[in-house]
Amino acid sequence: MTVGTAKAAPAGMSRRRRRQVSLWIQYGIFAVAVVAIALLADWPTLRLNFANWDAARQLFPDIVTVGLRNTAVYTAVGFGIGLVLGLVVALMRLSSVPPYRWFATVYIEVFRGLPLLLIFIFVSVGVPLAFPGKNVPGGAVGQTGVALGVAAAAYMAETIRSGIEAVPRGQLEAARSLGMSYGGAMRSIILPQAFRIIIPPLTNQLVLLCKDSSLVLFLGVTLEQRELTKFGRDLAGQLGNTTPIIVAGICYLIITIPLSLLSRRLEERQRRGQR
Amino acid sequence: MSAGDRPGGLPGDSAPGGEAIEIIGLRKAFGANEVLRGIDFHVRAGEVVCVIGPSGSGKSTLLRCVNLLEEPTAGTVRVSGTEVTDPDVDIDAVRRRIGMVFQSFNLFPHLTALGNVAIAQRKVLRRDRAEAERIARENLERVGLADKVDAYPAQLSGGQQQRVAIARALAMGPEVMLFDEPTSALDPELVGDVLGVMRTLAEAGMTMLVVTHEMSFAREVADRVVFMDGGVVVEEGPASRVITDPQHERTRSFLARVLDPAAARVGEGEASDRFRSSDPGA
Ligand SMILES: Nc1ncnc2c1ncn2[C@@H]1O[C@H](COP(=O)(O)OP(=O)(O)OP(=O)(O)O)[C@@H](O)[C@H]1O
Ligand SMILES: [Mg+2]
Repeated sequence: MTVGTAKAAPAGMSRRRRRQVSLWIQYGIFAVAVVAIALLADWPTLRLNFANWDAARQLFPDIVTVGLRNTAVYTAVGFGIGLVLGLVVALMRLSSVPPYRWFATVYIEVFRGLPLLLIFIFVSVGVPLAFPGKNVPGGAVGQTGVALGVAAAAYMAETIRSGIEAVPRGQLEAARSLGMSYGGAMRSIILPQAFRIIIPPLTNQLVLLCKDSSLVLFLGVTLEQRELTKFGRDLAGQLGNTTPIIVAGICYLIITIPLSLLSRRLEERQRRGQR
Repeated sequence: MSAGDRPGGLPGDSAPGGEAIEIIGLRKAFGANEVLRGIDFHVRAGEVVCVIGPSGSGKSTLLRCVNLLEEPTAGTVRVSGTEVTDPDVDIDAVRRRIGMVFQSFNLFPHLTALGNVAIAQRKVLRRDRAEAERIARENLERVGLADKVDAYPAQLSGGQQQRVAIARALAMGPEVMLFDEPTSALDPELVGDVLGVMRTLAEAGMTMLVVTHEMSFAREVADRVVFMDGGVVVEEGPASRVITDPQHERTRSFLARVLDPAAARVGEGEASDRFRSSDPGA
């Protein structure tokens, strides 16, 4: 009885047929949506606002020589400070001296738990209030670098620690048995291997920092210190047009997408275990 | 006396017959687990001593106590007269004079064979790059790998990696060499090359303390054999006597297990299968 109904199944469609129909419906919806947008959108206005060539032309070359350049500088300085600080915190985290370990743990938890904007405000507003007449040195570059670096160090410390722990124990033993000190073995043997392991996540961190450098917006920077986001926002206001924001966005993608691809490729390569 | 005076790593400059390694009342516990329960024996300069014994008897721990990779719980270890177990000793200076070869090679994967042999010379002995590399080449040649100087460890077979590891230790000009089952991780057909290098080293007069399961090597090369079980030395003496005419029942039953051809073949098969599946490129 059951066999008979399964074979006949006059009401239902076969599974293959059903899948075909479902596919056609999905293509159909997509096509309708595209046509609707094409017909309903006010293309001239959109073009004028989002892809205005006159507005775009006025952005150059400053958006590159000032905006893009400053984004790169803030990111690089933040990354440098984060890397050095992160390495120190990672080594403290692995230290055999308990207070160092406690400090590192507290540092990591605190700075991973705070909004980056609050750290920026602390550096730019809080420090001068607390120490009148004093400021984080290095102007906008210094302040941004410190704010970004201090926060990034918390993430990088965990990454670096995991990299160090991923290096087999025998490596340290082999180095020590050759007479190297702990520090010497770290420098020449362990860290070079650890950093090779964590290049992909560090590249990712660089992408995040590049985007986060936009928070400089809240520091009150001079015209010369503007990076992409502030530049795009200011020019959008001046020109009464959205195009600068779009162009600034494209500039970010020019940096971040290749970095992301690179990071993914490196990761892929490591997974395949090539050198 | 300093290793730097002997750039070629010429073995055994201590007075022949003097004590190269003295182990006195050595104890080591991991928590409640007492692994070494009072070990006493000496290795004279120029002597080759093989340590044999069942798995878990504490052979590796003993070796690692000699260069303080493990800190002994009690007892004294002296190497060429320097008390290693003295809390005030400069342990890095002591380790420089003790070469160690591990079961798992532990080559530095980010460096070439040449880099592996040169790095500690440069960082520890402060030799300049040219000199360190010259001595590295000499030592790689000595272990039969003159043509592999630029290869990375991943490009070498297990036997070649272990020989690089030996060259790396020799380049520091050690007074004694410790080997912890140097051939146990190797495919059977690669064991011979490594044992050959060790044999040549022994003939050149190097002081060697070797943990091994290679009974033929122990019989032919070792001056003395030490049989350990349960964290104590059960029996020691000339290789020929301990291996062919053991005095203790525990030594006899261990040797019967190791030397029994059928049991040995089964063990070998397992070992090489494990090796192949974990490292198909070798
Ligand atoms: N770091 C450690 N922490 C805790 N226990 C350890 C440690 N190292 C070794 N042991 C224990 O000490 C005992 C002896 O180990 P050891 O490695 O010295 O034996 P072995 O004679 O070298 O054995 P094998 O022939 O298998 O290499 C084992 O029971 C082991 O579990
Ligand atoms: Mg062992």
